[in-house]
Amino acid sequence: MSSTILFRRGRVIDPRNGVDGVRDVLVRDGRVAEVSEAPLQVQDARVVEASGRLVLPGFIDLHVHLREPGEEGKETILTGCMAAVAGGFTAVVAMPNTKPVNDSVLVSEYVKAKAREARLCHVYLAGAITKGLQGEEMAEMGALVSAGCVCITDDGRPVMNAGLMRRALQYAQLFDLPVMVHEEDLTLSGKGVMNEGRTSTRLGLTGIPPSAEVAMVARDMVLLEETKGRLHVAHVSCEGSVRLIREAKRRGLRVTAEATPHHFTLDDEAVGAYDTHARMNPPLRTRRDIEAVREGLADGTIDAIATDHAPHGVLEKQVEFDKAWNGVVGLETALGLTLAVVREGALSLQRAVALLTDGPAKAFGLPGGHLAPGAPADITVVEPDVEWTVDSARFFSRSRNTPFHGRRLPGRVAQTWVDGRLVFEDGHIKESR
Amino acid sequence: MRHLLGIEGLRRADIEALLDRAEAHLHGGPDASHVLRGKVVANLFFEDSTRTRTSFEMAAHALGAEVLNWTTAGSSVSKGETLLDTVRNIEATGPVALVIRHRSSGAPHLAARHVRCAVINAGDGTHEHPSQALLDAFTLRRRWGSLDGRTVLIVGDIRHSRVARSNLHCLTTLGAKVVLCGPPTLLPPGLESLGAEVTSNLDSVLPRADAVMCLRVQTERQSENFFPSAREFSRMFGLNAARAERLKPEALVLHPGPMNRGVEIAPAVADGPRSVILEQVAHGVAVRRAILEEVCR
Ligand SMILES: [Zn+2]
Repeated sequence: MSSTILFRRGRVIDPRNGVDGVRDVLVRDGRVAEVSEAPLQVQDARVVEASGRLVLPGFIDLHVHLREPGEEGKETILTGCMAAVAGGFTAVVAMPNTKPVNDSVLVSEYVKAKAREARLCHVYLAGAITKGLQGEEMAEMGALVSAGCVCITDDGRPVMNAGLMRRALQYAQLFDLPVMVHEEDLTLSGKGVMNEGRTSTRLGLTGIPPSAEVAMVARDMVLLEETKGRLHVAHVSCEGSVRLIREAKRRGLRVTAEATPHHFTLDDEAVGAYDTHARMNPPLRTRRDIEAVREGLADGTIDAIATDHAPHGVLEKQVEFDKAWNGVVGLETALGLTLAVVREGALSLQRAVALLTDGPAKAFGLPGGHLAPGAPADITVVEPDVEWTVDSARFFSRSRNTPFHGRRLPGRVAQTWVDGRLVFEDGHIKESR
Repeated sequence: MRHLLGIEGLRRADIEALLDRAEAHLHGGPDASHVLRGKVVANLFFEDSTRTRTSFEMAAHALGAEVLNWTTAGSSVSKGETLLDTVRNIEATGPVALVIRHRSSGAPHLAARHVRCAVINAGDGTHEHPSQALLDAFTLRRRWGSLDGRTVLIVGDIRHSRVARSNLHCLTTLGAKVVLCGPPTLLPPGLESLGAEVTSNLDSVLPRADAVMCLRVQTERQSENFFPSAREFSRMFGLNAARAERLKPEALVLHPGPMNRGVEIAPAVADGPRSVILEQVAHGVAVRRAILEEVCR
């Protein structure tokens, strides 16, 4: 195995370091050695001809559900990592709502061991805010941090108890840890199964009003201002939330946010004739919300594109709409959906790359996300003009719950490199062992 | 028409044709007892409704079909069988049509995607109840000749009413204007965009109505805080005798049943000269014969 790799003449976009242009990228021993405008001559290097391609920092997904331990039928850490690298992601943050919940060193160590075995992408851990995600007692945050957790979250559930949320924001400052929040006031969302609006009325489905999210964002901004903690708002879905986060940032609060490809692509009409693949939480909102989220992505209000990759089996989805589980797989369609927005002109290519790389890295203080000399050689090579059709049957993920099956998307991942190792190329996983 | 999943999306001509067939059946018409002879119609009632089930059963018998009645009571559903399992198992016995009543909006749509035989929605969650809307329209058309230019006021729990949704689509398609009235908590957003006029002021719209349809109030909504009490609901939105006085002299009163007498409708109004409530029931079988005939063709 050659430990020197030369990516020749690709268009390198590295937002953190202000690079956008044709460059040669030299990798040595798993790290970026040099990025050069002039062609490099290197002896014994493995050469990757990247002309006409994008050479990007590997993508980082702050929000994935790998389902292991507990629901290996839906996904395992291995298949989740395969889906990640197939989608161009070199790092993912694994949510704690496994069975058992990751609220302990034991579960953290288990996930890390499985990730090491998979040996595909970096797997970072999110620990629970509260024991068992019960929203009652704080989990042992210090132990979780020492076991490698990079944030804490009860994702999937809000912390309804405001006093507990306030103390979590305070206590997490011991570790300068971001507290990631699923913003939902359960008394407002009630038994809702989709966005409240014209479509829910027409279909006779119980609606979730935007206020269920916005009211909690408002509450947490108040708590954040008071505690001076660090807050990360997961899967922002509506206009009101974008506005509140924008104002909070303007006032200097330490808040970051993410949005998912499905929330900036689909509106609630995607539910169509009760398509459970369009059932997710927060629900798909309206055109106006999509526009607001896209504006937030473009102007820096939202820091990261995250997939909320949430695998579910057929049994959870091929049921009555109100009995279906929430969630959609996202790792293998994220790039295409993002580039589709670039193509529509709502986002610059540079900003899109930043949202997949630099933004998430900075939000959680993760290594990677850029290509300065010394950075880990996590690199994604993209063919920007190649169009492809989403075929969920060909996903590396073990689950197929996507509303995007059959959609034409731009941008194919040609190669994914992690620490200078080629882990995915032309539709195939490389050296998974 | 392969299935009847809802009124939404049906063309005026489709609806008129069904009502014309129902008219023929009501008059005795040509003998139809051979139409489905030797065939089986399966009634799948995941939610109880003796009235609707019996009406479909009588309609199927009138067309010569056998009826397989399936209810959740003591069935495999209580043992964890999914909707699709149940539907596929019933389908394996070879019926020409499945008549499905279910608590979940969209359940018949899910079934229809997975079976070959016809699916008739006999009421799904808070979505649609197409056969009820057709028999309501049929009742009005028989009285008026045409619904064009008429105003129909639907009062009550619009939010949770499949009857209101189906009637909104049906009546507007047939040329009537539909006014939906209820407390703001029971008026979901977007009704105007579906073609309705929406108000919470019952007294202001009463004089304009050519017909008033009172919806059944589910008193459990009271505990969910959609309104403070049945008594207050009745005071604000009940069709009592004094309100009925304010209607046009020839205005009709409908109710899809079963009624909470004294809550959404006063007994004197329900049994009074304007009421066509018993006609609605009588028309149910004829309309359902027309539906079965149409989807089993
Ligand atoms: Zn999540």
